[in-house]
Amino acid sequence: MSVSDTSFRDSRLAFALRQGGGIVLSLAATLLGLLLVTFFIGRVVPIDPVLAVVGERATQAQYDAVREALGLDQPLWKQFGIYVWDALHGDFGQSIRTREPVVDEIRRYFPATLELATLATIFGVIVGVPAGVIAATRPGSLIDQIVRIVGLMGYSMPVFWLGLMGLLLFYGILGWVGGPGQLDAGYQMLMEFELTRHTGMILLDTALNGRWDMFANALSHIVLPAGILGYTSMAYISRMTRSFMMNELGQEYITTARVKGMPEWRVIWVHALKNVMVPLITVVALSYAYLLEGSVLTETIFAWPGLGSYITDALFAADMPAVLGGTVVVGVVFIGLNMLSDILYRLVDPRAK
Amino acid sequence: MSDLLTIRDLRVTFDTETGPVEAVRGVSFRLGRERLGIVGESGSGKTITGRSVLRLIRPPGRIEAAEMTFDGIDLTRISEREMRALRGPRIAMVMQDPKYSLNPVMKVGAQLTEGLRLRDRLGAAEARRKAIEALEAVQIRDPERVMEAYPHELSGGMGQRVMIAMMLIPNPDLLIADEPTSALDVTVQAEVLSILDGLVRDRGMGLIFISHDLRLVARFCDRVLVMYKGRIVEEVAAGELTRAKHPYTQGLLNCLPRIGGSRAPLPGLDRDADWARA
Repeated sequence: MSVSDTSFRDSRLAFALRQGGGIVLSLAATLLGLLLVTFFIGRVVPIDPVLAVVGERATQAQYDAVREALGLDQPLWKQFGIYVWDALHGDFGQSIRTREPVVDEIRRYFPATLELATLATIFGVIVGVPAGVIAATRPGSLIDQIVRIVGLMGYSMPVFWLGLMGLLLFYGILGWVGGPGQLDAGYQMLMEFELTRHTGMILLDTALNGRWDMFANALSHIVLPAGILGYTSMAYISRMTRSFMMNELGQEYITTARVKGMPEWRVIWVHALKNVMVPLITVVALSYAYLLEGSVLTETIFAWPGLGSYITDALFAADMPAVLGGTVVVGVVFIGLNMLSDILYRLVDPRAK
Repeated sequence: MSDLLTIRDLRVTFDTETGPVEAVRGVSFRLGRERLGIVGESGSGKTITGRSVLRLIRPPGRIEAAEMTFDGIDLTRISEREMRALRGPRIAMVMQDPKYSLNPVMKVGAQLTEGLRLRDRLGAAEARRKAIEALEAVQIRDPERVMEAYPHELSGGMGQRVMIAMMLIPNPDLLIADEPTSALDVTVQAEVLSILDGLVRDRGMGLIFISHDLRLVARFCDRVLVMYKGRIVEEVAAGELTRAKHPYTQGLLNCLPRIGGSRAPLPGLDRDADWARA
């Protein structure tokens, strides 16, 4: 037995390595494709990158000098090589508006989006999964109808409308939450001087600095945008959970668990949910990725200094390095989350190993 | 011998969009600590009859019976909670295909021990020891490894033995075996059957053996009920199968080939609408 046992393990390891290699390879290919697309977008838009740097009144000599400095006199394939090389080293060029490296700006903006999207997704999972499960166990009941209608509203009502109505009601009329922005104006000033930005995420940073007054203020500002994004995410997650759950509850192993006399909570929340988790991981990861792309509308309405606002503002200013840098970051986040869900999927489903 | 199970006029109805469909229509039988076979073709109601005893018919199915008593307990009256206390320790069921009837994402060990841990409140080590004993009882040679395996890593025969072990751990009084070997390779069918047979005999439990294979059932059971379209059309003692009178039973017997028998085309199964009537 020991012989067969070790070979069994060896082949398993080899298999895992092969799979891991496959993932890395497909990751690299996807990344290269992404860079290729952004590179060509950068070349075909009718914006002269040299002109954007030197301005309209530059002399031909100045123009040529910058053109050379940007590498635009090189053949296209070489330009692409330089672009990929730079991108791999975290260099997406300079923002035309601010003259700052794009990567530094993204580093400043992205945490705000990350924080918002993470809170929203946590909300979506914590509310959406149980709601979907409960709806699936009582199909056609009142609670199922409520989950269905609330969910339907969640993904059919435009988020900018929800955002405006939310602001009007909870901020304007009731005064329960903070308004647009990450902090009240007074705190915003203080933040510049008194807060060490460890992570760039406002809740974490205020907590890490022990500024609980600021933390409470930040919380009152994030709760509405996170709640609204979380609502749309919850709507999707609850619908998907319900349908996955319905499917699992019809399976024979569920009958087995009942035949064993297992209580209903265990049948549903352990036996069935473990199986629901498998497809649900992909759903949650995709919904998270979608929010991480920067919810442009939500960030605009709530004056949230995130990636969505950053890319939109850059676009209006024809700041191509910033737009493309932001796009690459979004793409990388998307690819990364896809890979993560692939790995998690393998952990949860023993058959996928 | 007192009866373990008495069923009188069992009816199972499914309300569908095209009106109610009666899957089981007035089935009555009594069972002691003996082996009862239920035979019939697909859709004859044999599986539904078995699951009715456990009250595991999913809505929109409805179970009605003039009497359904298990060991003096009125199964039509007791609450779901009381019913749950019977499932497992008193009545258990082995299903057709271990590929579907074992939870694919739980280790075999976890599935075997959960009843012991949850119901009998045993510690992890004690539950594990009992589960390994149960696996040894169904002649699994390396139980330690099987405990750590996931169902998809087992062969069909292994899976079904795990299933039998799992159902027999709490030592039930009645076991319902619903086509327990139909999904298995012919070569392991006999093995699994003899294991099941031995355990049921040793522990003196009642057995309802559901199958479409009349000869197989006759080998393992004392009595055989033949079902057709939700009704029992004939009851025969297993030894007197050849003397079965009902044409449907004879049809079931004759539709199987025999080694060394005549090579003439097998007769089709006669289905007379009259047999389905009361």
